[in-house]
Amino acid sequence: MKFRILAYFFFLLGVTDLTIKIFYGNIFSRFTEDYYEIANPILVFTPVLFFSLGGVFLKESRVSMSLENFGTTRIKYYSPQFICLAVVVLIFLFFTFNAQINMENRGIDFGFDFLAQESSFDMQFSLMDYDGQDPYWWAYVVALLNTLLVAVLGIIFCTIIGVVVGVARLSPNFLIRNTAAWYVEFFRNIPLLLQIFFWYYAALRALPLPQDASPLFGVTYLTIKGYYMPAFIWNNLNVFMYSILAAIISIVFIRYYAIKLRDTQGKQIPVFYISLIILIILPLLTFLFGGVSLNFEIPVLKQLSATSFIYDGGIALPPELIALTLALSLYTATFVAECVRAGIQGIGKGQKEAASSLGLTANQVLKLVIMPQALRIIIPPTTNQYLNLTKNSSLAAAIAYPDLVLVFAGTALMQTGRAIEIVSITMLTYLSISLAIAALMNWYNKLIEIKEK
Amino acid sequence: MFKTIKQLTSFVAVVAVLFAFTTETMAAKKSKTLKNTQKKGFVRCGVSQGLPGFSNADASGNWTGIDVDVCRAVAAAVLGDANKVKFTPLSAKERFTALTSGEIDILSRNTTWTLSRDADIGLTFVGVNFYDGQGFMVRKSSGITSTSQFKDGISACTNIGTTTELNMRDFFNSKGISYEPVAFEKADEVVAAYDAGRCDTYTTDKSGLAAQRTKMSNPDEHIVLPETVSKEPLGPVVRQGDSVWEDIVRWSLNTMIEAEEYGITSANADSMKTSDNPAIKRLVGAEGELGAAFGLDNDWSLRIIKQVGNYGESYKRNIADTGILPDRGPNELWTKGGILYVPPAR
Repeated sequence: MKFRILAYFFFLLGVTDLTIKIFYGNIFSRFTEDYYEIANPILVFTPVLFFSLGGVFLKESRVSMSLENFGTTRIKYYSPQFICLAVVVLIFLFFTFNAQINMENRGIDFGFDFLAQESSFDMQFSLMDYDGQDPYWWAYVVALLNTLLVAVLGIIFCTIIGVVVGVARLSPNFLIRNTAAWYVEFFRNIPLLLQIFFWYYAALRALPLPQDASPLFGVTYLTIKGYYMPAFIWNNLNVFMYSILAAIISIVFIRYYAIKLRDTQGKQIPVFYISLIILIILPLLTFLFGGVSLNFEIPVLKQLSATSFIYDGGIALPPELIALTLALSLYTATFVAECVRAGIQGIGKGQKEAASSLGLTANQVLKLVIMPQALRIIIPPTTNQYLNLTKNSSLAAAIAYPDLVLVFAGTALMQTGRAIEIVSITMLTYLSISLAIAALMNWYNKLIEIKEK
Repeated sequence: MFKTIKQLTSFVAVVAVLFAFTTETMAAKKSKTLKNTQKKGFVRCGVSQGLPGFSNADASGNWTGIDVDVCRAVAAAVLGDANKVKFTPLSAKERFTALTSGEIDILSRNTTWTLSRDADIGLTFVGVNFYDGQGFMVRKSSGITSTSQFKDGISACTNIGTTTELNMRDFFNSKGISYEPVAFEKADEVVAAYDAGRCDTYTTDKSGLAAQRTKMSNPDEHIVLPETVSKEPLGPVVRQGDSVWEDIVRWSLNTMIEAEEYGITSANADSMKTSDNPAIKRLVGAEGELGAAFGLDNDWSLRIIKQVGNYGESYKRNIADTGILPDRGPNELWTKGGILYVPPAR
């Protein structure tokens, strides 16, 4: 009982101490001259001390009710934990109080109400409608979407390039094998920021001005001001979408049926070709009977002044997005390629030989025997590369791509001056994105793991 | 006298507390920033990453420019040597954080004085050392001679974290023109992108445009349009909460401007000590006790004029002679048709 009373006493003391220090600042600091340079660590330390003592006594009260048992073994057990906790909390509180006192002295407010204010700056490129009249939180959402866009594009492209190059590195063909090896060694060993600068300032600068550009694929234009593509204008788009959905559902059923047919009767049907035909025919039929039609809005050259032109209409991809996606995917693909190569080589040679001796074709060996096993080795390190790519996308600020760092931790921070709030929001955002990607990949890894009964 | 040990200790405690209070008030009179600066032996000054005429480092690392001269003036006043300055180049994005976090003590980096910056983020603007306005630069070959010729879809390169970004929006919105803002973190990146043809126009303060034009691959191919779309009073900034330091920086700048008004130059400053005009005598420290209010000696202003020169000398050396803006425009003294007008030093 005594221990419990002591525990509650110390908790109460700690809470009071902390409340006073949070709301009234460091009350003792008035007596010292240098108080706003460094918050006195001893004063910051006291609430931690009270909470820790309270915790120790609370635990004791559950273990035993008598003071006699409070022996040396307990001190040995508690003291390292206590010291560890104290150091961590002390460091955290030290910086919190220090920042708080400094901000108070310089008349800087702390708070998140600025998020509702009008942002009053424009963004070059956004996936959703954004205007300077919108509040800062909307600027944050739009910038976050831009970051996610480049991350998703980068992950897709780096996976495609990485798998192709990784397999190519094991090709029996001398030229393919060595080209892949050279690609990996070259792009892996140059700093990413330099590569971004190269693509943006060197490679894309070599592109023609809009008026000199010759059409690519007939109607698209790759110019120094961006990549201009025709925009699709749909009639009855929903009917078309339903038809695709129906096609996907029927494909799932056909696959299920094919597996059943194989297992029960040993018959093989060409599932892939059937699926492909359904996926093409069904949406095409909607054009004939569903009233679906598709028009193109083709970009048209427009003159702004004697020497300056742009393409009007259609979709314009800014060169910043192109350069960033290129640099990120080419750089990360080298690491993914190495993961893929390691995964394939990690599967015993005997597996391949045994599969071949069963009469499987080279493609079947890769698809049915090697890859399912290799994926288990490939996924965990590839997850790391995806995380790296997402974090590296913050280098966008160097080439004016309006991502989270440039817009929110850059322009918004400057216009509001809320450095601590904005930087912590940005850090938490990247942390959340990374953890989400990691969780997704861990789930996929679980899915393909060896199921042990 | 003291009956018990207890009485003695409480007496000592009371005396100690009183003493603590008195030392605090004595110390408060003298500025903390001033004290730290004198202890360190140099003024910590935040400047741009290279803007000719304002703050620019030459090949051997010597900083020059009118913004640099403000810091040098403070160093001359406080430390007696205009060269005792440590310059920290900062991007537009970093500058205020560097100042409020205490990394620098003066921010003299072509910074626009606005209400929200002055009131909201822990800064205090001490004055204006250059009256500027935002303008637009275009290629001569484009045939554009006025902003009224801008058309929908124009792309404009600029810096992030500046008032420019906001003014640009105000300007294009009021004209009803849709535009593509391309905002970079560093001025050099903006120039590179504009120079390569990524943007149709480059917008920032007109002085900045004139200065950056000198850095381009072919300066003659570009012109600055005549329109000015905003007010940009540029000046030095200090941290909020140290009023003595704020006064020192403010009056160091004012001294340079007032010295020009009275015709005191770095060459004739010493001889001005015998002048008949009491205002001149006060400025060169021959009369009055002006420095005492800041905790400085009486020659502080004389040192500024002798070592850095007056505002006109600084302008001529950094901006006019380098061909950036030979015409002083509004940055001329009020006595000569400009708007430079400072309170009297007395």
